[in-house]
Amino acid sequence: MKGFWHDAAEFFPILMSGVALTIVVTIGSLLLSTALGLIWAMMRVSGIKALSMLSASLINVIRGIPIIVLLFYLYFVMPDLGVTLSALQAAILGLGIAYSAYQAENFRAGIEAIDKGQIEAAQSIGMGWWLTMRRVVLPQAVRIVLPPYGNVMIMMLKDSSQASTITVAELALQGKLIASSTFKNTNVFTLVALMYLTMSIPLILLVRHFEKRAGKR
Amino acid sequence: MIELNDIHKSFGKVEVLKGITASVEKGEVVCIVGPSGSGKSTILRCINGLESYDRGEISVEGLKVDRDAPSIVNIRTQVSMVFQRFNLFPHRTALENVIEGPLYVKKEPRAQALERGRALLAQVGLAEKADAHPPQLSGGQQQRVAIARALAMQPKAILFDEPTSALDPELVGDVLGVMRKLADDGMTMVVVTHEMGFARDVADRVLFIDGGVIVEQGPAKALLNQPQHPRTQDFLRRVLHPL
Repeated sequence: MKGFWHDAAEFFPILMSGVALTIVVTIGSLLLSTALGLIWAMMRVSGIKALSMLSASLINVIRGIPIIVLLFYLYFVMPDLGVTLSALQAAILGLGIAYSAYQAENFRAGIEAIDKGQIEAAQSIGMGWWLTMRRVVLPQAVRIVLPPYGNVMIMMLKDSSQASTITVAELALQGKLIASSTFKNTNVFTLVALMYLTMSIPLILLVRHFEKRAGKR
Repeated sequence: MIELNDIHKSFGKVEVLKGITASVEKGEVVCIVGPSGSGKSTILRCINGLESYDRGEISVEGLKVDRDAPSIVNIRTQVSMVFQRFNLFPHRTALENVIEGPLYVKKEPRAQALERGRALLAQVGLAEKADAHPPQLSGGQQQRVAIARALAMQPKAILFDEPTSALDPELVGDVLGVMRKLADDGMTMVVVTHEMGFARDVADRVLFIDGGVIVEQGPAKALLNQPQHPRTQDFLRRVLHPL
């Protein structure tokens, strides 16, 4: 145990630099997946067949490709096509795109859970599609969508570790580098696991808060 | 002001409206009565374009009702609707529900919309409930807020789709009272209802609809007191003396 704390103190600063990148990747891909997911969901419920079919097929393509393959594609294949991305850019883009499919389905479920009478009431006072979305549907859908959205945040935090496969030196990769140079596998990876857990706990509490609030209505 | 000419409408293979021709004059109160599933609500929903129709033509003040045309917004701001299940926006207060249309559709100045919104809530007897959210209100109160919301658009006519059917019996009177006052003030109203007393006392005309056609129509008192058609007679007997 004494050895663990000693190692922890020694490796902590290096691992913290990994934590910083983990947070950057998580937040970046969260924002991107949210924006893309909203766009896919809006296309899906737009009532315009071409848009809705395009969105449905996009979602299926994205869902059908493993995140790691998407990351390899962006980082190793795109340069052949003339688009060179930094590892960090590729990681955020890849995770953002991969998760946009889940976000879209979550948003769509929230939107479709809104009572049809709400939409009719909005139409009956002369609201168009976008105004109905903005003033009536989305504010109500947010409450429904938030708990699963919180879960996606937790999954993204953990899946940001996949960025290590394309050389982003986030927490998992830093841990692996330290472990392979010091052979202190147990201590290093225990520490890495604890650090992920520490970052997850506030998110888990946030989800619980969302769930309580959604249950109130 | 509202004209329906030979309206046909099918849901899938079921034809619910089989040629409805009717008109509503300015200031008139028309009640539509008939058994459930007869197409009463569908007629209302076609008038403000919540539903499309397959054949015939509906016009409001000479403007054709076409739910896919941009002009539908114009029609909806002139013809408000009150729903059976109120359909208030649960995330907004009573007052916010009322001013939503004036503020965001008609782009009225906020102060003006607020002032009129409060006056309308007072008119339906709910001045003190302005800041309550719909789930905190009784059904009757919610429906009166919904009527205020409809009035806030300063419509030329209001469509009522069974406005008291979802209410507990002791709350029906408050809502009918508000509607009666509107009628007295000269509002053009089309009311789908099972409240025969209201139809008899308040309506100018009654349409009896069954099986997607107008079976009989006429002045309210005459039609409800001395129905001519056997189906009307049978329906009224069953509604007025259910036991």
